[in-house]
Amino acid sequence: MNINATLFGQAITFAILIWFTMKFVWPPVVAALDDRSKKIAEGLEAAERGRQDFAKAELRSQDALNEARTRAAEIIALSEKQAQAIVQQAHDSAVIEANRVKAQAQAEVEQEVMRARDSLRDRVADLAVSGAEKILRREINAQAHADLLTAIQAEL
Amino acid sequence: MTESAAPSSSEYIHHHLTNLVSGNGFWSFDIDTLVTSAVLGLIVFGFMASVARKATSGVPGRTQAAVEILLEMVQTQVRDTFHGESGMVGPLALTIFVWVFSLNAMDLLPVDLVSLLMGSVGVEHWKAVPTTDPNLTFAMSITVFFLILYYNVKVKKCGGFLREVFTVPFGAKMAPFNFLFRLIEDLAKPVSLALRLFGNMYAGEMVFILIALLPPYLQWLLGAPWAIFHILIITLQAFIFMILTIIYLSMAHESH
Repeated sequence: MNINATLFGQAITFAILIWFTMKFVWPPVVAALDDRSKKIAEGLEAAERGRQDFAKAELRSQDALNEARTRAAEIIALSEKQAQAIVQQAHDSAVIEANRVKAQAQAEVEQEVMRARDSLRDRVADLAVSGAEKILRREINAQAHADLLTAIQAEL
Repeated sequence: MTESAAPSSSEYIHHHLTNLVSGNGFWSFDIDTLVTSAVLGLIVFGFMASVARKATSGVPGRTQAAVEILLEMVQTQVRDTFHGESGMVGPLALTIFVWVFSLNAMDLLPVDLVSLLMGSVGVEHWKAVPTTDPNLTFAMSITVFFLILYYNVKVKKCGGFLREVFTVPFGAKMAPFNFLFRLIEDLAKPVSLALRLFGNMYAGEMVFILIALLPPYLQWLLGAPWAIFHILIITLQAFIFMILTIIYLSMAHESH
């Protein structure tokens, strides 16, 4: 164990190595490590943000779905009501039409009956007149009894 | 061991524990320590720098992940023990850990391999493990010691540092004792740092050499367990040197 000038040589080598490490080894690696940890932190943050966004979007889509469902139900209810209204209206107008047709028919029938009755009356009157004529041909002229016949005709 | 004139055991051990020295007296250099540590430093730190240069903040490859794990380990240690502006401490700790680890790891090379290879090109001595040379361990610990002084002065300013040296822990009346205590305390730091690493690695290397003296068919019996155990020692010693440096620098930043 003899101490000699190697001491200085080694101290210089050591100093050079320290300088070298300080300049070329330590800073780039530390920079890379710091950079990476920053990247990882950012990545984690982005993932968290994405997760939150997703949850929000899911909520929103749920809302939209619910709204659509409500709207659909409303529309269905409305259309059902409308359909019922249409049916009711159709029914009503059909009834009215039927009544109208019935009334018309009745009126026609009554008219017809009236007419038939008139013609019947005429015919009966004629028959009566002709009968009476036949009876009376022997005793009276038609002129003398025409007033009487008209009165009878009016009573019929 | 296969040379024509087989050396005795003590000659063999002595041979393996002698540095390749150039020069005389104090002004001589351990060429093997200087070259091995510099080459290893160049390879390991060059490799790390090349990985760092290509480092991406995206998905890292295996190599980058390995360097990152190492660096984060050091960073965690610094963050846990060091409170203050840690600009230089992280890189310093990483340098210490990686360099000491790789120098220690030379211990796992077969003890005869390196000296045999170097012997074949005419180099007489070549100690493969630079951390078994106290010159290296003291060079590191003294550098750390000066850093401790530097940070003491930088953080507490000259006056604050001197006041602390002379008044802590017994108050101003006992200034000489305070100074003495502080002197011992601060000098003990580099000495213990250097001797702990040197002692551990030297002893480990010595055991490897002793195992190499066994008959070849028996060497694995002790060599393998010791090498496996030594992986722990190598890492542990590098870690201890690093963590103590962090602690000492942290103490330099805090007032007693």
